[in-house]
Amino acid sequence: MRKSTGVELFLRAAFGRGYPRVIGAQRELSWLFFDIVIPLITMSASVFLYKALQADPAYVGFVIVGAALATYWLNVLWMMASQLYWDKQAGLLEIYIMSPASMMAILLGMGVGGLYMSSLRAGSIAIVGTLLFNVQLDGSQWGAAALVFFVTMVALYGLGMVLSSVFLMWGREAWQVSLALQEPVFFMSGMNFPLNQLFNSVQALTTLVSALIPVGLGLDALRQLLFPGKIEGVLPWGWELGALGVMGVVFVTAAYLMLKRMEWLAKVEARLSLRWQ
Amino acid sequence: MTVDVRDEANSVGPASAPQREPREQATSDFPQAMPSGADASNGRRASIRTNNLTRQYKVKADKKKGEAAKTLLALDNVSLEVYEGELFGLLGPNGAGKTTLIKILTTLLAPSSGEAYVDDLDVVKQSNTVRQRINMVSGGETSGYGVLKVRENLWMFSQFYGVTWKDANARIDEMLKIVELEDKANALVSTLSTGQRQRMNFCRGFITDPKVIFLDEPTLGLDVHAARIVRDFTKGWLQKHPDRTLLLTTHYMAEADELCDRIAIIDHGKVLACDTPGNLKRSLQSQPIFEIDVSGITERTIPVLGDAPGVERVTGEPDASGSTYKLKFILKDESAISSVVQALTSQEASILSLQKHEPTLEDVFIKLVGRSLTADDKGGK
Repeated sequence: MRKSTGVELFLRAAFGRGYPRVIGAQRELSWLFFDIVIPLITMSASVFLYKALQADPAYVGFVIVGAALATYWLNVLWMMASQLYWDKQAGLLEIYIMSPASMMAILLGMGVGGLYMSSLRAGSIAIVGTLLFNVQLDGSQWGAAALVFFVTMVALYGLGMVLSSVFLMWGREAWQVSLALQEPVFFMSGMNFPLNQLFNSVQALTTLVSALIPVGLGLDALRQLLFPGKIEGVLPWGWELGALGVMGVVFVTAAYLMLKRMEWLAKVEARLSLRWQ
Repeated sequence: MTVDVRDEANSVGPASAPQREPREQATSDFPQAMPSGADASNGRRASIRTNNLTRQYKVKADKKKGEAAKTLLALDNVSLEVYEGELFGLLGPNGAGKTTLIKILTTLLAPSSGEAYVDDLDVVKQSNTVRQRINMVSGGETSGYGVLKVRENLWMFSQFYGVTWKDANARIDEMLKIVELEDKANALVSTLSTGQRQRMNFCRGFITDPKVIFLDEPTLGLDVHAARIVRDFTKGWLQKHPDRTLLLTTHYMAEADELCDRIAIIDHGKVLACDTPGNLKRSLQSQPIFEIDVSGITERTIPVLGDAPGVERVTGEPDASGSTYKLKFILKDESAISSVVQALTSQEASILSLQKHEPTLEDVFIKLVGRSLTADDKGGK
């Protein structure tokens, strides 16, 4: 039997780990209700608020873009950051560690699979929201918007990789930490309003927090590109793209180091990989 | 008096691997390990080798209970050799150190001291290469994702070992047929029964064609028929692939007796004995073993019976109603049975039946560990 090693093994392992997420999106259709209808209702509340205030119609677009990106953050939080913890509880983590595949490949598979899943949800929310509320997007900078989106995803899922190790070390409080992070991040990254509003109010704090939350800067840059002239960004979108790129590199590197640390803890201190510890 | 062979017996096989030097014969009546490295190896190379392997766990302080931090010794200077083509069994009660040993050999844990080699590779320094050559199946594990079909689940695990899709699919078909799960190949994992899931996990271990496989209680939770399939396949696999090695832990004595070429009995992190099942049983042949069914005693009576003259070991298990006990006595000689009967009479026990029987692996275990594997730590002397 031929067994691959090196890059081929890495890619096979990543594809293998991503597969359950890709196939799961097709098999468990309940997400159509829970992940599209419910977010649409939440999103509609903000949309109707802006309409009632007779705000610029672009604000409705801001909300829709925010709702779409929120899907990715939820995915990172619940299906990336918490996943190694659930895998440990199910006895899968030790199977991953025992295999010759790199744990980075496993995390990459989880991330790419999650990205696929989330894109179906985010795409559905964006399309339905745009049609429902008749939002006019400016398509003149689609290329730049796609680049910002891609880099945001690298940074965001890189953060998810880091969090997956952190959550594993925190142990059983993982789901509570996820809950604790969910709404504050929605707020601090300006999911339902332009980030500069928050930035102008409590500048130092938001600068710091936004700098650590890729979805905040990514959202701000995407709004600048899709609704030019309608929003004053926290930074010019090019700067935000650069910052997101740096974040991506830092988070992926940190994830690698954290995984090494996790494996060390598992082996030497007999923690983490064994279900009873 | 109990013959404690732990200290001498703990060194199983030569310490200076990879050369196998003839070992001194055991000084106790038990085969401490293999009679000699050369004899047991039969010219084969050691596929698994440990030298003075020790593992300690740090147990955190429990302030609520007022307990200080302590160190738990899970493995205590274990030296073992398992040879290519061998089906080697590890027998021991819960907490004996079996799982710790397997976790070290599968690179999941680092030893506190000592060395361990799998396929001549250091499990600490060459863990990545070791991982390409091994696999492990633990009984009762719930591996896999419910959203996947059985075939997809097995395929996913094969990808972590870099198996090509063609080879993986061929192996999956073959293995599912062997464990009689081919009709479930396209069923969702979430719809499988516990036994079916366990059979699927068993397949997972063999699909990657490992050189050394570790089976930790592989028949746990399986019905009689499924357990038979697993045992037959396990035996057949080694016959078909004599260059492979299989290390098995089990709670089922009959399973160990039937399957294993050699068995190590382990307790409190030490190897108490290691030999073929036949040799282990023969070592008890000089000591009569009696099984006595009695009524009118309690759990607390059993240690008292163990103090009777000429009694080496005694264990007892109540029946389902708890009114009668099945006692097993290992005696120093035949004449000691009279003192046993006297002790029972003095405890106002009624003897319902009494029979002498040939030594079994269970008896060997009782003699060494002091309690039966099934009863674990109930009422042993």
